Amino acid sequence: MILVWMISILLTGGLLCWLAGRRNNELVKWIALLTLLVDFVLVGNLWFQHQGVVTSGASTWFIDYKINWIPSFGISFHVAADGLSAVMLALTFFLGILSVLCSWNEITQRTGFYYFNLLWTLAGITGVFVALDLFLFYFFWEVMLVPMYFLIAIWGDKNRRYAAYKFFIFTQAGGLLMLISILTLYFIHASQTGTYSYDYFDLLNTKPEPSTAKWIMMGFMIAFVIKLPVVPFHNWLPDAHSEAPTAGSLILAGLLLKTGAYGIIRFVLPLFPQASAEIAWWAMLFGVIGIIYGAMLAFAQTDVKRLIAYTSVSHMGFVLLGIFAFREMAMQGVVMQMVTHGISTGALFVLAGMIKERLHTRDIGQMGGLWTSMPAMGGVAMVFTMASLGLPALGNFVAEFLILMGTFFVNVPFTVIATLGLVFSALYSLRLMQKVFMGPPKEEKHLKDFSTRELIIMAVLSISIVFLGLYPQPVMDMVKGVVLHLTMRS
Amino acid sequence: MSFYNSQAVLIVAAILFVLGLIGVLTRKNIIFILISIEVMLNAAGLAFVAAGSRWGQPDGQVMFLFILAMAASEVSVGLALVMQTYHQHKTLDAEKLRALRD
Amino acid sequence: MHQYLFLIPALPLAGFLLLSLGGRHLSRKIIAWIGVGSVSAAAIFTIILGLQFLQAPPPEGSYTQTLWQWMSTENFSCAINLRVDALSLVFLFIITFVGALIHIYSSAFMRHDRDYARFFASMNLFVCAMLLLVLADNLVLMYLGWEGVGLCSYLLIGFWYETPANCHAANKAFYVTRIGDTAMAIGLFLLFKELGTLNIPEILQQAPQHFTAASPNITLIALLLLAGGMGKSAQLPLQTWLPDAMAGPSPVSALIHAATMVTAGVYLIARMHVVFQLSPVAMDVTAIVGALTLFIAGCSALVQTDIKRILAYSTISQIGYMFLALGVGAWSAAIFHFFTHAFFKALLFLAAGAIIESLHHEHDIFKMGGLRKKMPLVFWTFLAGAAALAALPLISAGFFSKDQILWYAWSAGNGSPMLWFVALAGAFITAFYTTRLMIVVFWGEMKTHIGEYPGRAMTIPLVILAILSVIAGFIEWPHNMVHLTLFSDLVQKVLPATMLQDDLPEEIVFQIIAAATALFGVYTGYVFYQGNKALIEEWKQSSALMQIRNFLFKGWAFDQLYDALFVRPFKFLTRINKSDLFDKLYNGIALVSRRLNQLFSISQNGSLRWYIVGVLIGIIFILTLQLML
Repeated sequence: MILVWMISILLTGGLLCWLAGRRNNELVKWIALLTLLVDFVLVGNLWFQHQGVVTSGASTWFIDYKINWIPSFGISFHVAADGLSAVMLALTFFLGILSVLCSWNEITQRTGFYYFNLLWTLAGITGVFVALDLFLFYFFWEVMLVPMYFLIAIWGDKNRRYAAYKFFIFTQAGGLLMLISILTLYFIHASQTGTYSYDYFDLLNTKPEPSTAKWIMMGFMIAFVIKLPVVPFHNWLPDAHSEAPTAGSLILAGLLLKTGAYGIIRFVLPLFPQASAEIAWWAMLFGVIGIIYGAMLAFAQTDVKRLIAYTSVSHMGFVLLGIFAFREMAMQGVVMQMVTHGISTGALFVLAGMIKERLHTRDIGQMGGLWTSMPAMGGVAMVFTMASLGLPALGNFVAEFLILMGTFFVNVPFTVIATLGLVFSALYSLRLMQKVFMGPPKEEKHLKDFSTRELIIMAVLSISIVFLGLYPQPVMDMVKGVVLHLTMRS
Repeated sequence: MSFYNSQAVLIVAAILFVLGLIGVLTRKNIIFILISIEVMLNAAGLAFVAAGSRWGQPDGQVMFLFILAMAASEVSVGLALVMQTYHQHKTLDAEKLRALRD
Repeated sequence: MHQYLFLIPALPLAGFLLLSLGGRHLSRKIIAWIGVGSVSAAAIFTIILGLQFLQAPPPEGSYTQTLWQWMSTENFSCAINLRVDALSLVFLFIITFVGALIHIYSSAFMRHDRDYARFFASMNLFVCAMLLLVLADNLVLMYLGWEGVGLCSYLLIGFWYETPANCHAANKAFYVTRIGDTAMAIGLFLLFKELGTLNIPEILQQAPQHFTAASPNITLIALLLLAGGMGKSAQLPLQTWLPDAMAGPSPVSALIHAATMVTAGVYLIARMHVVFQLSPVAMDVTAIVGALTLFIAGCSALVQTDIKRILAYSTISQIGYMFLALGVGAWSAAIFHFFTHAFFKALLFLAAGAIIESLHHEHDIFKMGGLRKKMPLVFWTFLAGAAALAALPLISAGFFSKDQILWYAWSAGNGSPMLWFVALAGAFITAFYTTRLMIVVFWGEMKTHIGEYPGRAMTIPLVILAILSVIAGFIEWPHNMVHLTLFSDLVQKVLPATMLQDDLPEEIVFQIIAAATALFGVYTGYVFYQGNKALIEEWKQSSALMQIRNFLFKGWAFDQLYDALFVRPFKFLTRINKSDLFDKLYNGIALVSRRLNQLFSISQNGSLRWYIVGVLIGIIFILTLQLML
């Protein structure tokens, strides 16, 4: 029930924001913040109740809640949470709070509708992370898409229409393929058992013909790799990230991409164990290509947000690589990567937003020497560029190290190439740092360093990335049950 | 049992239909086009009646009554639209009324 | 005592946190106290710990302290564990003690700098990372320190970040060492795959049983680790970053790029000596890399004009000696050379920094001159350091360590006359360029006016280091002279003793040759730069010689080579693909649909009759289909 509460609090909060937006803009922000704080407390409660419970064997699910929705079609409102969901939910509300904070002064137009969209996107994401009915999952998948489209199209930058369309078309194309796959699986299940059901646990027992299974899996897979994104389906990402408002970029990079990885882990691997084992080699290949290709593109960019966006492509390559290694270690690394990338790249986007607020440009050619006037921002930026290049003691290192070491057992050449990605990541990260913060100051005018609000955002992010880098064990213990379950099956 | 050759009636209906169609295609004035459409509708109605008589079923005549009712309403709505169009555009030439162009 | 082991890295870390978070609100005096105090306290702790270690050696040969579990999954588990044995103790001592001296020096050297707090914060973080590197009991934690020192090196090389050249040097240092680090990371993966552990004592214990002699994987592991070491220690072919790294402030060069960080590679190889011993190929490669590096870098040092670049090349060259020693299996000799080198090279850099600051940031040695009379204290300390660098027999610490390496280069199990000869040539070159440096800077006429003389905070560290540069060698004598081998006794608790070949000539012969070579190098330098100055002028006329000189000046044109081989192709590739190939594909699809739209919208012309014709054609088409099928 707690899960239903989380979603409905967000939905109601969103509606309240919209209504309140007609009267009072200040109130709207506080409603949004409060909504997310309540949800964060709820997930924190969930976390501490189930902390350290590594259920080996039967069930890895903490909470399982199911009521009928449209029984005649076998559709139910089935939500459940295990360790993986708990981690992702915690990340969702954590970044959600920060996204509200970083929009505090940035959004001045149609504030009510903005927070409505923000909260509804988050509600969709929350739903995706807990839904165990495939119809419901698809429903939430769309719920998170449409408000995001509005966020980009209304509050975005100059080229926002193009970016929003591109984002919508790419993800929608994938979503529709997934819908076809869901329906096919649904009917195959019906023809095999005689009962119509969209339920995850029912469909787990469906055994389609191996050749059919492959096609059905591809439908899911394409939807998820577009979200992830994997080269060559990544093109929506740089545009959407760079045009979106800061909070939009934060949610896109921090959460929306993770739904793709989550989908693969939750649905593709358990539903099609054999078919996914067959495509593992190819998936890993695309992961490696993504790592290198994304890094090379990131190196060439001159738009600071585009640069960061391409680093996401590179980092998500590690996720794909790690998932299809089918090793416990790599899978742990994948979950860590999802969390730490959310934090580190999210932080970089927030920083980019702050710089844009001050300089009114995203072109790194017009920046330089910002460290002099904004030492605190420079220091924080250093932390997160270092996180992005995988410096030990920061969270991303743990993730990438585990992924690479786990993958090394499975495929040596791919791992070696992926490890070379670490050199490339140093190239683009330091270039970013040098162009933006170092060098002679371009402008004489004095730029304001962090305000208190900004300082709080960045301090929270920095502390969490360092904490995850030095003590990742809580997260790893949380997902241990799920990961064991997954890797034993495969 | 029929008093007449249903085939011949169908041919008459077809001729009427083609006449109406030619009227729709060649006329520029919207009123004439409407009249031509009436002719086409009646051709269809005639075909229904002939077919009903051929099979000895009442359905054909029922359909004709429907067509009659529909034609009446169509003419009234259509003529009202034509009046409005004329008021706004001062013309009834279908070639000049191209506001629906892409 | 050893339960307080964690304080040794924690103190500098605390200093870093205090200075980086609150540095802007503190006065310079407090900043200096925090920065210097944290490292000095760590040094005191280290000395107490070291004395305890020497008096009552722990039975298992090391102190260990477990702080917390870092990560654990599947069969992999690693903890934040600190471990001190004899080898780490030597490094610990150098890092904290020399580090503290350099911090004291910096408190005066950097006194006018705007970012005083940032400087000490970075320096403290460096000390912390370096301490973690040597204290780590598993390779992952060591990698943390390893990358951490890389970060601090980057931050401090680019400390004056407003000059683009400094940033460029900082980036270069990071990139080049990252290549080595990546190789090392792959080495760790392979090691874990083979042995199932990354805990150093376990590796050392299990490796000999696990690997059969000369198995390809152990060679691969050793070579990958070596590549990591080559990156950090600026050995061929990853040496190009170190001369540029001199863009940082002088104390940084002294601490990071002379005494400690650049010897991390030496530490790594010594630490993993079992792995290296199992692979003769890797040992040979290490020795050859060391020999080539010491020669190549020495030649480049001959012609440099920037005082710090001369010292940088000489650092590369001296670390080359250490690698050579490691490669031939003279483990303790390598560590001993690290020990003495840390003193005299830090001294030279600090003294050079004092000179540079007094001469209004003049780096060119040919614009100095005559400083012997004007700055006697700097002169005498510099002389002590230079003597050690040139390995003047018996009166300098450098002689004892280098003589040992020269001897083992021939006599040790892996040694050969060829290696010995290269090392000897290197010794000659070293003595030669050291003399050149001394004469050009301290003799002759004054060319630049002296602005400000170094204060006491700067001179005291110089004096202490100068004394150590002279006497540090006396704790380890050659076997045939005095039976005093304190250093190797200590280190050989961890490292194996050096195996000697049979049928060797007398050791004394080698010692005499080595001593004579050093003296001859000094004499040659004297002839060229003081006795017969016309000779150089004459040589400058010859274009062939000038070309060789320029080639050496550019460090054997490695930069240009890498630029053509890697940098420019990479930049070209990324530039042409800046707007993303795949984006063109998708925009192409979008373009096609837009064109089709334009094409079809021709038919939407608004003419009622045109539409009816369309309908008609459609009807006829369907009817025809119906009839035909």
